[in-house]
Amino acid sequence: MISAAEALKDFQKITPKTIPLVEPFSKGHRACQGCGEVLALRMAAKAVGMDMIAVSATGCMEIISSSYQTAWETPWIHVAFENAAAVASGVEAGRKAMIRKGKIKDNGSKIVAFAGDGATADIGLQALSGALERGHDFTYICLDNEAYMNTGIQRSSSTPFGAMTTTSPPGKVSKGQMTWKKNMPMIAAAHNIPYVATASPAWHVDLMNKVKKAVSIPGPAYIHIYSPCPTGWRCPPETSIETARKVVQSKVFPLFEVIDGQFILTRDIKKPIPVEEYLKTQRRFGHLKPEDVAYIQKRVDADYDRLLKLVQATNPEA
Amino acid sequence: MGRRVGLEVSLACAEVVGLCNADVVAAYPITPQTHIVEHLSEMVADGHLDAEFVPVESEHSAMSCCVGSSAAGARTFTSTSSQGLALMHEILFIAASLRLPIVMAVANRSLSGPISIWNDHSDIMAERDIGWIQTFAENGQEVVDLTMHAFKVAEDKRVCLPVAVNLDGFILTHVIEPIELPDQEEVDAYLPSFEPSQSLDTANPISMGIVGMPEIYTEAKKANAVALEESYEVIKEHWAGLAEKFGRTYKPIETYRTDDADTVFVTMGSLGETTMSAVDQMRDDGIKVGQVRIRLWRPFPVEDFMEAIAGAKTLIVIDRALSPGLPAGPVGTELRGLLYAKGAKQYVANFVCGLGGRDVTRSQFVEMYQTATKAAASGEEMTCQMVGVKE
Repeated sequence: MISAAEALKDFQKITPKTIPLVEPFSKGHRACQGCGEVLALRMAAKAVGMDMIAVSATGCMEIISSSYQTAWETPWIHVAFENAAAVASGVEAGRKAMIRKGKIKDNGSKIVAFAGDGATADIGLQALSGALERGHDFTYICLDNEAYMNTGIQRSSSTPFGAMTTTSPPGKVSKGQMTWKKNMPMIAAAHNIPYVATASPAWHVDLMNKVKKAVSIPGPAYIHIYSPCPTGWRCPPETSIETARKVVQSKVFPLFEVIDGQFILTRDIKKPIPVEEYLKTQRRFGHLKPEDVAYIQKRVDADYDRLLKLVQATNPEA
Repeated sequence: MGRRVGLEVSLACAEVVGLCNADVVAAYPITPQTHIVEHLSEMVADGHLDAEFVPVESEHSAMSCCVGSSAAGARTFTSTSSQGLALMHEILFIAASLRLPIVMAVANRSLSGPISIWNDHSDIMAERDIGWIQTFAENGQEVVDLTMHAFKVAEDKRVCLPVAVNLDGFILTHVIEPIELPDQEEVDAYLPSFEPSQSLDTANPISMGIVGMPEIYTEAKKANAVALEESYEVIKEHWAGLAEKFGRTYKPIETYRTDDADTVFVTMGSLGETTMSAVDQMRDDGIKVGQVRIRLWRPFPVEDFMEAIAGAKTLIVIDRALSPGLPAGPVGTELRGLLYAKGAKQYVANFVCGLGGRDVTRSQFVEMYQTATKAAASGEEMTCQMVGVKE
């Protein structure tokens, strides 16, 4: 199989002027007002185009898009909560066998699995790991809204430290979520797959290019997209994109790619904003005390430094 | 013409899946199913079978992968047992509701705990309501024929449902039997290539697995149940086709020496052969017994069963699984319910035996007969009894 770098040799970037006009994910969905996740999904689908076979895990995006009035203009399948990667494996294996046997034509369809953070980092982690390890040619997109929003804002292993959810409520002896966010992109990268990236809908062209790269590369690809949820995060619906920008500017959610094991920062944050500025955009962090914010700042800085070291270590000539 | 070979039943199962030209096999190893998929992976590795073998990381993913592959339009096979079947549980319902013609061999095995790798029917009896067509094989030849038949029925556009072929773990899977293995041309003539009525194709986009709001969920479930009921005629039709091509006749319910039998043993799976031998022995002693064997378990062949037991006064229903908290086993419960609904007067004696690989002997059939006859004469209701418990 060719390397990701080779596959991307003639990659034609999407620019603000060439944003695809197609809408594989279109009208008729029932997402909440200001949902950052559905915006991210729409951007990702535009980047893939109409040659997409989408596989959804159970979750917000599945429920809002398929109530017998499908919002999917391309083939779409939903099976269960924890198995989007396994179903995508099957779709890929089935098509591969049939193309080889001449039963169907290879029309270049791209298989893309969409799943929330619970379906990715928690219940579906095993199926995802299995599919990445087996090397199926598909792209897995985690739309991370940092909690179980479909069932009413319960914590997941992707919920950040200090966040209030209905199962991580702040109380007399609790600050809310007491554990650090599980680092899914690094877990995906540890599988040595050709392509891993993080993206934010505030950088929509960057997001689309990452998705386009992911589907252009043979083999498995993983994209982790930060997806603001005004309902669950307790912030006004019009602030989704602003929040999605501040999370990157504060280094809380750095944007990077891992191509053939090489870490590349796609947005270097030279002048970061304080983490506090990001946290205060959402009431889920409203209960945090200055010392909690200081703790988060310290940990965010340390994590970002570690990422920079990975970038340097894997790009010795740069 | 096919060839007569001495072959382990698991290998024969794999060979016939190969003859059926499966496109995808997804599986996770579990005893006693392993030989089936090991041989399939060898066939793929040797280029003997042109298929994708997907060595998934769990049975949950095995069935999920099968759903994806079948939805893509590929002929799809898997095999499992026991805990593996239980791990698939959630997805089994969805495979049926998406109307996907997946074929699965279930090497029947007990469920934990205590952990036991040996045979009984606890695994599949916990999956009675998944909406799959389910058959039970008695011997290796039936495994071969029922597997071909399973693809034929599953992919029939009037059916479009998954099919489970049950075969007893070890007792069948690991036994070498003389088997008529058909030729490729014969199988091709019986089973043409799979033409899905719908698949995940960008030229004709469809949404599969959508949300069922309360306004539509009941109707969707009803449509599924009706599809399973209506598969019955197609199942029989394709058995007739199989008889025509291969000369072996199959019926939903098999009977043995029931013509003048007062008492019949009702069995499923490989125990049928032991039962026939016990029936012969008891007949030699002048006891009027017979056997009724359920080959088609879902959809349940109600009329065929009623006809098969019409002459009997007492039914000895043998269960190979428990239904704790109920004074009957799963098969016993279902058949009692059926007889009650039909206003039938047969006395039902229900026994559970052969759990977790325990042998069922001919002498135990005699004991069951004696206990049942005494209970029937008393007219008192008999609660389910476990046979051969060391107390």
